[in-house]
Amino acid sequence: MSLYAGKRQALEEAFIERDDAIPRGKPRSVSRDALRRLRANKAAMTAIVIFALIVIAAIVGPHLVPYDFETPDWSAFTAPPSIESGHYFGTDQNGRDLLARTLYGTRVSLLVALIATTVSVVVGVLYGAIAGFAGGRVDSAMMRFVDVMYALPYILFVILLMVMFGRNVFLLFAAIGLLEWLTMARIVRGQTLSLKEKEFVEAARAGGVSNFAIILRHIVPNLVGPVVIYATLTIPEIVVTESFLSYLGFGVQEPLTSLGTLISEGAAALGAADWLLLFPGGVLIVMLLALAFIGDGLRDAFDPKDR
Amino acid sequence: MNATIEPLLTLSDYTVRFTTLDGTVNAVNGLDLAVARGETVAVVGESGSGKSQTFNGVFGLLARNAETRGAVNFEGRDLLAMSSKELDTVRGADMAMVFQDPMTALNPAMKIKHQLIETLVIHKGLKGKAAEAEALAIMKKVGIPEAERRINQYPHELSGGMRQRVVIAMALLCRPKLIVADEPTTALDVTIQAQILDLFRDLTADAGTALILITHDLGVVAGIADRVVVMYAGRIVEEGPVDELFARPAAPYTAALLRSIPRVDRDADAVQPIGGRPPDLINLPRGCPFNPRCGFTKDKCRSERPPLADVAPGRRAACWSPFIDAAAGTAEGQHA
Repeated sequence: MSLYAGKRQALEEAFIERDDAIPRGKPRSVSRDALRRLRANKAAMTAIVIFALIVIAAIVGPHLVPYDFETPDWSAFTAPPSIESGHYFGTDQNGRDLLARTLYGTRVSLLVALIATTVSVVVGVLYGAIAGFAGGRVDSAMMRFVDVMYALPYILFVILLMVMFGRNVFLLFAAIGLLEWLTMARIVRGQTLSLKEKEFVEAARAGGVSNFAIILRHIVPNLVGPVVIYATLTIPEIVVTESFLSYLGFGVQEPLTSLGTLISEGAAALGAADWLLLFPGGVLIVMLLALAFIGDGLRDAFDPKDR
Repeated sequence: MNATIEPLLTLSDYTVRFTTLDGTVNAVNGLDLAVARGETVAVVGESGSGKSQTFNGVFGLLARNAETRGAVNFEGRDLLAMSSKELDTVRGADMAMVFQDPMTALNPAMKIKHQLIETLVIHKGLKGKAAEAEALAIMKKVGIPEAERRINQYPHELSGGMRQRVVIAMALLCRPKLIVADEPTTALDVTIQAQILDLFRDLTADAGTALILITHDLGVVAGIADRVVVMYAGRIVEEGPVDELFARPAAPYTAALLRSIPRVDRDADAVQPIGGRPPDLINLPRGCPFNPRCGFTKDKCRSERPPLADVAPGRRAACWSPFIDAAAGTAEGQHA
């Protein structure tokens, strides 16, 4: 080894010098890198701006509109959109302002989606990570349970839950989140299976880190990419589910409203008062499209090789 | 080596088997090995000789289908009898492992700081600032320039050599009595290799830490080890002090291994690879496992397995006709 002492010294000097030239910025985590790539994606950024506007409108909008969502305007029943009267989206058969109702409905739809998605992410990630990490029989048992849940008819479950939770919409959607975690659990389990074979997991184990701590600190943070992507795809799914259930009459009850309820009412009035379908439908479509673009952009950002 | 002092780690009749669909894989077969405090032992052998699995078993890191037998005594505690939870109090604290590939041995989603602190929190109960200061001290000790900045970075922002230093720092955190380094330099280029080996030598000499170096690179062995253990088909073929063993190998396998390394001061033609293939660990050959590839095979080698026996003071070999014969007391082996 001493044979190359001179050469080695020269190389070491070169190495240290080069090392000093490394640009100094903030440490770049995987998520930060992904965010940087996402910012360069025009379609995704536009979608984020649009989605943010919808969210802001849903939060502050109902306070700014001159009419509220449940009080009828006795001077305008089924009035078409007009700027003079202040009913920019028109009114429904009961004289309620459609703009206020749409904003309020968007708020309810988003809230419901947020609750269900949060529940599904938390349960799905933990369940999938534990199943994948434990492996063997535990894994088989846990995943067979998921298969059974998949096989049960969704609507039957929802009706059962309705009976259990009665008219509490938010509890109902927390429960729907408890159904939505199945796919998340499968995705997470698959990722965990490959992650747990990585050397850093073995290194953690050799360092005396307990199994649960390995799952929480070493497995879950490495799942950020797929989990975030799938979560953005779950939100529109829940919004659609909510619309569907409300259409069937299982969802949000009057006078409270949601996008789904508004669309179902609008569909009934098609031909007589088209605006009742067009405005809430338009909002739903724009929102779903924006979320789809965001999900797509995130996938590209987290895994640039897949593009 | 010193028989009067109780060794730090003793493996006795240590066996690792894997149950697979094709049959039972005999990865390690009745291994006896003792490592003293502060000693540097190199374990060498071809791929599949069981060198890595031996120590994965000691750390409780074997695959699910593995089965271990025998005894692993570490400071009077039998590691094989411990549950995974009990083992967590020993591994990382009293014994630590340095992994082969620094590119994958660090969690890409965690800052270096948090990976280092994790071990300190678990084993020493340190918290916050105290743990961070300790981690920083170790980073400096393993020679990472600008440790204050590096500690806040993510693994992918460091070069391979830096990362291997971090991996070594992780192993050193709790001042273990034993470090097992599984091919710590294989993934590094030659100049960095030398630095890392120097680092190992300095650190173990300072703290009196025993080091087990698993490698197939005999050049690495010559530079750093006190004692060499040569493994073949899950058994020790030969062990002895590094200089003597390299100068006068006792077992034909060791000799063949030494002939198979390319050297700068010799023609490329002088390199003689070992013919044949490593043995099938599901159906081990009868007798000496090396007999199908050995140039000195006799009838006895095909029927009976040679025991590991003393061939010279401090040297043992498992061969029916070693190049050095303890009984004759000379270097004139029976092959000469």
